Amino acid sequence: MSGWHVIEGRAVALAQENIDTDQLIPARFMSAPRSTGYGGFLLHDARQDDTGHVLNRFAGTSVLVTRRNFGSGSSREAAVYALVDFGVRAVFAPSFGDIFAGNAVNNGLLPARLPAEEIEALIEALGSNDALARVDLNARQAVIGGHAVVFDLDPLWQQKLVNGWDDIDLTTQHQAQILQFRAARFAAHQWAAPTV
Amino acid sequence: MSAPQTLFAKLWAAHEVMQRADGMSLLWVDRHLVHEGSHHAFAKLAARGMAVAAPDLTFGVVDHYAPTRPGAVAPDIRRMIDTLGQNAAAQGIRLFDLRDPGQGIVHVVGPEQGLTLPGLLINCGDSHTSTHGALGALAFGVGATEVAHILATQTIWQRKPKVMRIMVTGALGAGVAAKDLALHWIAKFGADGARGHAIEYAGPAIDTMSIEGRLTLCNLSIEGGARLGLIAPDQVTFDYLQGRAFAPKGAAWDSAVADWRALRTDAGAVFDREVTIDASTIAPTVTWGTSPEEALPITGHVPDPALLAAGAQAQARATLDYMGLTPGMALAGVAVDEVFIGSCTNGRIEDLRLAAAVLAGRKSRVPGLVSPGSALVKRQAEAEGLAQIFVGAGLEWADAGCSMCVGMNGDLVAAGQRCASSTNRNFRGRQGRGARTHLMSPAMVAAAAVMGYLADVRPLLEGRV
Ligand code: SF4
Repeated sequence: MSGWHVIEGRAVALAQENIDTDQLIPARFMSAPRSTGYGGFLLHDARQDDTGHVLNRFAGTSVLVTRRNFGSGSSREAAVYALVDFGVRAVFAPSFGDIFAGNAVNNGLLPARLPAEEIEALIEALGSNDALARVDLNARQAVIGGHAVVFDLDPLWQQKLVNGWDDIDLTTQHQAQILQFRAARFAAHQWAAPTV
Repeated sequence: MSAPQTLFAKLWAAHEVMQRADGMSLLWVDRHLVHEGSHHAFAKLAARGMAVAAPDLTFGVVDHYAPTRPGAVAPDIRRMIDTLGQNAAAQGIRLFDLRDPGQGIVHVVGPEQGLTLPGLLINCGDSHTSTHGALGALAFGVGATEVAHILATQTIWQRKPKVMRIMVTGALGAGVAAKDLALHWIAKFGADGARGHAIEYAGPAIDTMSIEGRLTLCNLSIEGGARLGLIAPDQVTFDYLQGRAFAPKGAAWDSAVADWRALRTDAGAVFDREVTIDASTIAPTVTWGTSPEEALPITGHVPDPALLAAGAQAQARATLDYMGLTPGMALAGVAVDEVFIGSCTNGRIEDLRLAAAVLAGRKSRVPGLVSPGSALVKRQAEAEGLAQIFVGAGLEWADAGCSMCVGMNGDLVAAGQRCASSTNRNFRGRQGRGARTHLMSPAMVAAAAVMGYLADVRPLLEGRV
């Protein structure tokens, strides 16, 4: 995965709270291999029920502004794949599901936190239209529809998004230490190794 | 003397291989559980040409796509199950496949096989991995990228969450279950109320709770936004685990119990947040909306969007519209079209006993499905005569799997149909496109079946428990 510093694109608002992972990608699509491309599954049922859905009207959207508890629910990383494959690079919300946010960062998608009042102001400014957006990851600043905001992001996640780090490569450097830990743990706590 | 520590801090320290300067910890994973949905992670591993680092600590189950009713299996479902079988065989992973007498939902299988033990760190690519914390394990769900990382290294990078204690005083009333306690606190604090926290549940109501109840409570921690749920192991835990297939035996068992007795929060340990709930004030609770936080006592009324803050009205209206409910209507009396009993939340033997206690000698007014949480639970329920009660009431007795909790195997609720369900998510489309889900305890599902509408189970239990 490659890192990024700045994105410039278009933003829309999803004026809803608790947009959960089952809404982001209904379970019936999850057996598809990733090579299929998951973008068409994003918010599938909502987009099909409402042909005027903001994501149907603005297919080039790369920034979403939404209400609290975005990505709550399941660990299904497919919810992130759907966003990323659709072209979304950043989501702004007052809060995110914990596992979702971690998954997002692992796939180069920014989960940016803003206070609820600022989110409401952005939602009002965007209405049901799209607007220009520029997100600067290094500065943790964004300009969405002319509104400048400073967002909150775990500094580690910021680093990871900027550098596009791959954890497996980092961890395998510590292999000897891990094997030592395993040996010591199972020697001290024999019961911790599965029997049978 | 060292400072008093929380149970969580002890478990974390016991698994920390190293800490980076930036505060991230590399944690050792004692058990890694995989299922059909782990296919993305296996594909990532294959793309790197890597093998599973610790196949002896990795266990697979077929659950999400497991067929639960007789008949032909759709090709894409068959392919998901076969892919897991091929990955498990290629990597030397013990798999509980459809023919295995231990097959079932991953969060039911772990504890009942003794794969889940106090003091272990357990990961699975499934958010309800929080369930296993009921036995005193550090257990949390992870996404596919992290599953691939665990497969490759048997470790995971994590930042230490904050710790919150939920003290539950008093006792749950008759007909009130762990499910009601969970829905109650989620409604009180919100579906993101415990975000960023590990929860330890403690207090008299927890001490006297069965393992099944504790598993239900920890299972639902994630619906309140918590990273994981945790309960200190005690004699109830040890009695539950002794003799389980993968649990330690003989001298190893004795030394295990000696170690496990130290897994408690020390007196005076400090939590980042503490809340107290009086169990005796909780009534049977049901959800009315499309988030688990939208829950009320069965004696309550559906909210009226007109009385909410201006910004919240549109969404509340959309929710009531989706759910087919009228503002202000009483929850008791809302007609249901079908019922479902099962899932990793409430598919254990005690859950089936509680539902059967309501249904015995009665008929269900609506169709419904009962899918036990595992093949072991299924056999036990048949031996105890519970299956016969469900069938006698007119419900369908199915095989074990995730079934109608998520509908991946084709057990779906049709659009517009209202289902009283013992599961954990009432999200839009969760049980099927357009499905209307009301979450509640298995006993409350049984009450809805008997009455044909959402109903307080307590009168139906008089003279029965
Ligand atoms: S029963 Fe439902 S919540 Fe539990 S693991 Fe299966 S799909 Fe997930």
